[in-house]
Amino acid sequence: MQTSISIDCTPSVKYLLRIGDTCLIHAQRISEWSGHAPILEEDIALSNMALDLIGQTRAVLTLAGQLEGKGHDEDQLAYLRSEQDYFNLTMVELPRGDFAFTVVRNVMVATLLKLLWERLCDSEHAELAAIAGKAIKEARYHQQHAADWLIRLGDSTAEARQRAERALQDLWLYVPEFFEADHNAASGASNLGPDWSEVKVKWHAEMHTILQASTLSEPEDRTFRSTGKYGVHSEHMGYLLAEMQYLQRAYPGGQW
Amino acid sequence: MLANRFKIFTVFIMNNTPSKAAEHALTDWPLWEVFVRSRSGLDHKHCGSLHASDAKMAIQMGRDVYTRRQEGTSVWVVRSDQIVASDPGDKDMFFDPMEDKVYRHPTFYKLPDSVNHM
Repeated sequence: MQTSISIDCTPSVKYLLRIGDTCLIHAQRISEWSGHAPILEEDIALSNMALDLIGQTRAVLTLAGQLEGKGHDEDQLAYLRSEQDYFNLTMVELPRGDFAFTVVRNVMVATLLKLLWERLCDSEHAELAAIAGKAIKEARYHQQHAADWLIRLGDSTAEARQRAERALQDLWLYVPEFFEADHNAASGASNLGPDWSEVKVKWHAEMHTILQASTLSEPEDRTFRSTGKYGVHSEHMGYLLAEMQYLQRAYPGGQW
Repeated sequence: MLANRFKIFTVFIMNNTPSKAAEHALTDWPLWEVFVRSRSGLDHKHCGSLHASDAKMAIQMGRDVYTRRQEGTSVWVVRSDQIVASDPGDKDMFFDPMEDKVYRHPTFYKLPDSVNHM
């Protein structure tokens, strides 16, 4: 079995890993629908979405590895870190849930990523700006697709509404983490891109519009705070990594 | 390897069998025919069909299913029950008379090279 790599986590590297890991882990959960989605076309759409996110992951992790300067490539970073060295949001590591849960999570994460990529198009780092220029198109589609589904679920049958409301209540707990200021990471990375708290107002505005169209009510804020972006994950992350990393660890450097 | 996840995807979609409830729901959704245009200036070609609950979903699904290998730049969807087709039984009457009317073809006009793809 392959041992974990250790990473040199400067603020710039952490800034990139937060984005790359969020895309990677989110893709992992979405891809659990492959072969199991309620409708064939949606199965393909979800798989496409997961692959788009993997593409974004690859670009960002490659860049992170270059900035880190220890010779780590995208695959080593994706598959060989220990749990506390992943900086994805807790929301994306939560289990797949039912279709409503996936739709609500997709809306929330796609809106966040879209707003981040929009800002990152203006990054002072030319390569990151180029990655963002490509990713923003994918993110816009992901948001539109997910939002349209949420509107269909919210403004429809009693069962669909109930499931959508339940998902909304459950997921809202993990939103404050998006915009919490992390004083350790933000300062050193300002030339890469904005602190995530800078997109909070826009995120809430867009979510509000979508929720209104779905006739769903915005949940109240609570005091719970998740901590995935600091490397402190929920109980689900361990199982996810065990499954995701198994092949690379069992067959180091395997190619097929 | 991250790159390999792109290859594995096609295997999974073959295993999807809907439950009874899902099957019932699927037959409630109308069928749509999908047309894709590969480049500006060319025509939309019929490439398949799908079930969707409404026009917007049909367009998105058409994009997801039929343009994922960069097949096109424009998607049309039409509800299948809106398509009116000629009756195969009328084939003789409709199409055979054209066989021996060569004077209707513009065969003696040479197209300039720049528009010769028609």
